[in-house]
Amino acid sequence: MSETGRPFAASASWFLSTARERLAKLLDAGSFTEFVPPSERVQSPHLALFDLPAAFDDGMIVGCGRLGGKSVLVAAQEGQFMGGTFAEVSGAKLLGLIRAARDDEKLPRTILLLLDSGGVRLQEANAGELAVAEVMRAIVEARAAGVAVIALVGGRAGAFGGAGLTAATCSAIVISEQGRTGVTGPEVIETNKGVEEFDSRDKALVWSVTGGRTRRLIGGADAYAEDTVASFREATLALMGKARPFDLATLRAELARLAGRVGRLGGCDSAVAMWSALGVADPRATADMDDPAFVALVADVKGAGDDAR
Amino acid sequence: MENLKLRFTTRGPIPGTARSTIVGVVASGNLEVLLERVLDQNECAVEIATPVRGYDDVWKAVVADFVERASPGGMRISINDGGARPDTVALRLMQGVRTMEAGDE
Amino acid sequence: MTLDEILAGLFPSGHDVVVGPGKLLLGTGRRVGGHAVEVIGIAEGEPLGIDGVLPLAERVLDIAAAGGDAPMLVVVDTQGQRMARRDEMLGLNEYLAHLAKCLLLASRSGHPTIGLNYGRAAAGAFLATALATDILVALPGAEPAVMDLPSMARVTKLPQEKLEALSKTTPVFAPGLDSMTKVGAVTQVWDPAKPLDVQLEATLATIPAHDVRDALGAERGGRLLAAGIARRVADQAGEYRRA
Repeated sequence: MSETGRPFAASASWFLSTARERLAKLLDAGSFTEFVPPSERVQSPHLALFDLPAAFDDGMIVGCGRLGGKSVLVAAQEGQFMGGTFAEVSGAKLLGLIRAARDDEKLPRTILLLLDSGGVRLQEANAGELAVAEVMRAIVEARAAGVAVIALVGGRAGAFGGAGLTAATCSAIVISEQGRTGVTGPEVIETNKGVEEFDSRDKALVWSVTGGRTRRLIGGADAYAEDTVASFREATLALMGKARPFDLATLRAELARLAGRVGRLGGCDSAVAMWSALGVADPRATADMDDPAFVALVADVKGAGDDAR
Repeated sequence: MENLKLRFTTRGPIPGTARSTIVGVVASGNLEVLLERVLDQNECAVEIATPVRGYDDVWKAVVADFVERASPGGMRISINDGGARPDTVALRLMQGVRTMEAGDE
Repeated sequence: MTLDEILAGLFPSGHDVVVGPGKLLLGTGRRVGGHAVEVIGIAEGEPLGIDGVLPLAERVLDIAAAGGDAPMLVVVDTQGQRMARRDEMLGLNEYLAHLAKCLLLASRSGHPTIGLNYGRAAAGAFLATALATDILVALPGAEPAVMDLPSMARVTKLPQEKLEALSKTTPVFAPGLDSMTKVGAVTQVWDPAKPLDVQLEATLATIPAHDVRDALGAERGGRLLAAGIARRVADQAGEYRRA
């Protein structure tokens, strides 16, 4: 069962699908129209300096379509290409889409961001970092203009670095068990701070720290989806039209939420300790239970339902 | 980066009305293929960008074999290669043609 | 310039800005004429983690809630976000994004925001602070970067010598103030030999109403494509809507 109470439909794995496959199956059949499509060959001019191949869409697909009959704007990162990174071209495509929604109230009032990104593309680090800053500002401006921006996280690259901050700037986040969000990736923490700080090869540890279930339980995501495109579709539909306004009251509530989290969980030295502090009766079972059991668990956890962001 | 441009005369066009399609992704051992119906129906042009040097002959052989089998008339085919093996290249090319045949505008 | 010299130069009429616990900067400066400039920031290269974000965000929201139009100066010398398992486990991305959102809200609420980078500034901490302001200025000697070249060499698996050679030809990835200025992130570089209070007033008079960083990058030749591509996407969205 999903959090909306209807059964999960069987379908393709979100994690394993490409960005284009996700869009095709997420949106109503045949409804997707792409802006600046691959045939326009708007690709990175910088990768060749590093002897790296470019992609015709620079790993960022933007356009519009319908979800459950409602018009939406969409952007999807291809996590398999350069880790789905923010770069000059990919960042500008996303920026243009969000600004369009901000400025033209006749465009759809919902933007879906299918994030799948390790963050900033180091080969274009400055352009990528700045693109994230521009995107974050544009998201805020669009939200203030009444646009709901929903992040969907469940791809191979997760949403780290600038993509992690971008996700948290959105009105709402849908995440799957495989979805991971954070800022610094475990490998980089291990490289800089040592294996005692973070053993990036300990997959169970990595999952428990950054994975979708922990995020959902502590309130780092607003909805949980099974790893299928159908489940992401259902979870997204359930969130549409429920976005909080971007204003002082929302940010005050978010601050209280984030400060409260540090107060409740700041002393925990492991995810299991956090789950226990959240009142999960058998925290060690959290990793192994199936999705319906996890969804039932979320419903009982205090704090997971507070979604001010 | 190495760039190759190949041109072929084909037996005839690919059926269908789709204007363009893209298959595959640029990743290690993979490639993306963009097909566009923009040429005369007996023409096919293939452009390849690859970071792997020195495989011109392999590319020519794989693409020539594909053109012979699929007769992709009318197609401008553009490839961004991530270092794919020849069998993967052949697979993606055929996948692209099938998508063009199936899709409509 | 040291932080003390910078603050003294900015506020010859006086200030009560201090570096407190966690190397956080909080306080108020006086402009010529007595009007206030609210100051927040992080000093001495300290990494920004969740414990640092909370007091800064609270202060920014208090200023936004109090009304008025006092400018806010975000003074930044940070090596980047805190790299710790605890911070990641608690969702550091939400905390950093929250601070950025608070600054953007303050700006929207009538408080012009200026970022001032005088030391280091990197990655997620940069996004949460100085890059979330209306205009970013820097002092010579500032070292804004996404990642230093040795780390970049490690992550990209490219030889550092190659990166160093490339960094001389393209501002799009090379760390440093020149690059960040050329791509449009840093709008102005102040002159430490001239009075900072005068330069602050001049900057306050030129705060752009919209995000002009992509246009700036194009104009300066450091980020030639971004502005045009963003416009092209928006144009096509508009055409589609009208069709």
